[in-house]
Amino acid sequence: MMMKWRGWTLATGVLAISALAQAAPPSAAMLSNACAGCHGTNGGSAGPTMPSLASQSKEAIEAAMKKFKSGERPSTIMGRLAKGYSDAEVSAMAEYFSKQKLHATNQAVDAAKVKKGASLQESNCGRCHIEDGKEGKDDTPVMASQWLPYMQMQMADYLSGTRKMPEKMKEKVDPMSKEDLDALLHFYASVK
Amino acid sequence: MTLDRRSFLKLVGAGAGAAGLPLIGRAAELMPKSGKRVVVVGGGYGGTIAAKYIRMMDKNIEVVLVEKNDHFVSCPFSNLYIGGILPDLTELTIKFDKLASNHGVKVVQAEVTGIDAAGHTITTSKGTLKYDRLVVSPGIDFRIEEIEGYNDKTPELMPHAWKAGPQTSLLRKQLVDMKDGGTVVLSVPLGPFRCPPGPYERTSMIAHYLKTHKPKSKIIVVDANPDIVSKGGLFKKGWKKYYEGIIDYRPAKKVTAIDAGKMNVLIEGIEEVHGDVINLIPPQRAAKIAQVAGLVGDDKKWCPVNQATFESTLHKDIHVIGDSSIAGAMPKSGYSANSEAKICATNIVALMNGREIVGLSGINTCYSYITDKEAVSVAAVYALQEGKIAGVKGAGGVSPDLSAAEAVYAKSWLKNILTEMST
Ligand SMILES: Cc1cc2nc3c(=O)[nH]c(=O)nc-3n(C[C@H](O)[C@H](O)[C@H](O)COP(=O)(O)OP(=O)(O)OC[C@H]3O[C@@H](n4cnc5c(N)ncnc54)[C@H](O)[C@@H]3O)c2cc1C
Repeated sequence: MMMKWRGWTLATGVLAISALAQAAPPSAAMLSNACAGCHGTNGGSAGPTMPSLASQSKEAIEAAMKKFKSGERPSTIMGRLAKGYSDAEVSAMAEYFSKQKLHATNQAVDAAKVKKGASLQESNCGRCHIEDGKEGKDDTPVMASQWLPYMQMQMADYLSGTRKMPEKMKEKVDPMSKEDLDALLHFYASVK
Repeated sequence: MTLDRRSFLKLVGAGAGAAGLPLIGRAAELMPKSGKRVVVVGGGYGGTIAAKYIRMMDKNIEVVLVEKNDHFVSCPFSNLYIGGILPDLTELTIKFDKLASNHGVKVVQAEVTGIDAAGHTITTSKGTLKYDRLVVSPGIDFRIEEIEGYNDKTPELMPHAWKAGPQTSLLRKQLVDMKDGGTVVLSVPLGPFRCPPGPYERTSMIAHYLKTHKPKSKIIVVDANPDIVSKGGLFKKGWKKYYEGIIDYRPAKKVTAIDAGKMNVLIEGIEEVHGDVINLIPPQRAAKIAQVAGLVGDDKKWCPVNQATFESTLHKDIHVIGDSSIAGAMPKSGYSANSEAKICATNIVALMNGREIVGLSGINTCYSYITDKEAVSVAAVYALQEGKIAGVKGAGGVSPDLSAAEAVYAKSWLKNILTEMST
């Protein structure tokens, strides 16, 4: 009930006149700042297994939250948290993080892998992971500067089948070796 | 005011003690106030974030952070040091210099001794400071008067280690020095206390240490509560799986007295329990400065606030966040303090600019380690319902099981939250 009301006011921008102190619904910043304890100030993560949200597209974050909520995408804590937000609130947060500038990370990457990954990216992944992974087509996530340990954990989930790969990605990933995939991730981690 | 921070601090330092004069009568004003100013008391989980976010949201507000120490040591993860998993407290220690250089927060190292709510002035060990709004996030203190025989020296004998730093190191040292075959006693006070799952994570970490290094030893947990306060099912499962025969958990056993000479705690004044090491966690209340300033409510323990803005219901223009405050359903955790600080900062900026209050949204996520490799978590999303902070229905809850992934994520949790507080 509460959720619906909040979602509705947020979506329509209508302010409920209430006797209570809370006159307005939570703003996009209010909603998003609460995430920053784990994802870093403005979504720029400092923790290598926690993804940066800064500069992800609105669509990518919306899609991820939807899948966390339904359980389609496996998680430890995100499923439990995603259920606390209406679609309108998720959209507001997604838009907020999409406006933050890319959080460039300085990670220890293997130069040879980066080189190999760069050519694999161009020939295989560039149609969706646009501009060296700095952008994503539709709801494709931004990969540039993302934390290597986080990406490796996600790739392991993809390969084990606990996280479902999008069809187009599967077509490209299936023929690749483990070494190829690792090289790709090193490449993305190196992009600033 | 054209002084930069360094010359200001020099000035403060000189003013405080150089002449060796006792501060009698009216203390000197530290830093005359010209424009809008918020003073923040306490540079821990709540205070650092409130200070930083006010500056991030409005550069026209001067923010002065007053903290008695020149660094802060995190309680979260201190149990891992006690359990021998972390080598020292380095990873848990932050400084405040980047809050100054990145955000222009003015950091003053001093102890706040009084708050004059009517005069909008605080008194510190180094002089007075005027404010338009005050944020108080001083953490907790102990109700030692509820334990017969407890005095100022007791923590050196029976450490609480419930404020991280020397106490944490002392408990660790006592465990290391204990002979194999010894008994550790851990006493849990009645809630509410700082970090509901904290005593049980502590138990797990001590048990982990005993199992790995002193296998003939055991830990007796005397808990004043009728059962484990948080993540009970998961802790019990973990203890059965990993620490059978090491942990002796005794619920509904309230420590009311101690016998320092015999190294005993007394349950309800009669039943004696002896420990070679005693980790005595006393019952708690809001930190002393909150008591002194009259911010504590009828329960004489915690600070009632308007739960939309964290403004004290007892004193205008003073906001209380973190462990000291009564924050509805939000537990006394570091993540809650972080989230509350942002809610408070947002609405202080709104109020100081004559804007409407922004609706509340908060989160708590809290991990507890069971072994060196497995952890469990609790999470919740909060909203305001009928003026009170309540968990959003259908969301949150505890992990389904012990998990290695949670232990991995917990490390990034720590890294991120401490980075938020210090940069
Ligand atoms: C063993 C243990 C494990 C924990 N684990 C977790 C965890 O995993 N996750 C989690 O979310 N929470 C955890 N917590 C809880 C967390 O530590 C607290 O909830 C959090 O620190 C509260 O923040 P605060 O700002 O209220 O107080 P604090 O973080 O304690 O900060 C208070 C600051 O105020 C300063 N201060 C006090 N009085 C004055 C004064 N008069 N003048 C100047 N400065 C003053 C103090 O020096 C201190 O730096 C744990 C706690 C313990 C004890």
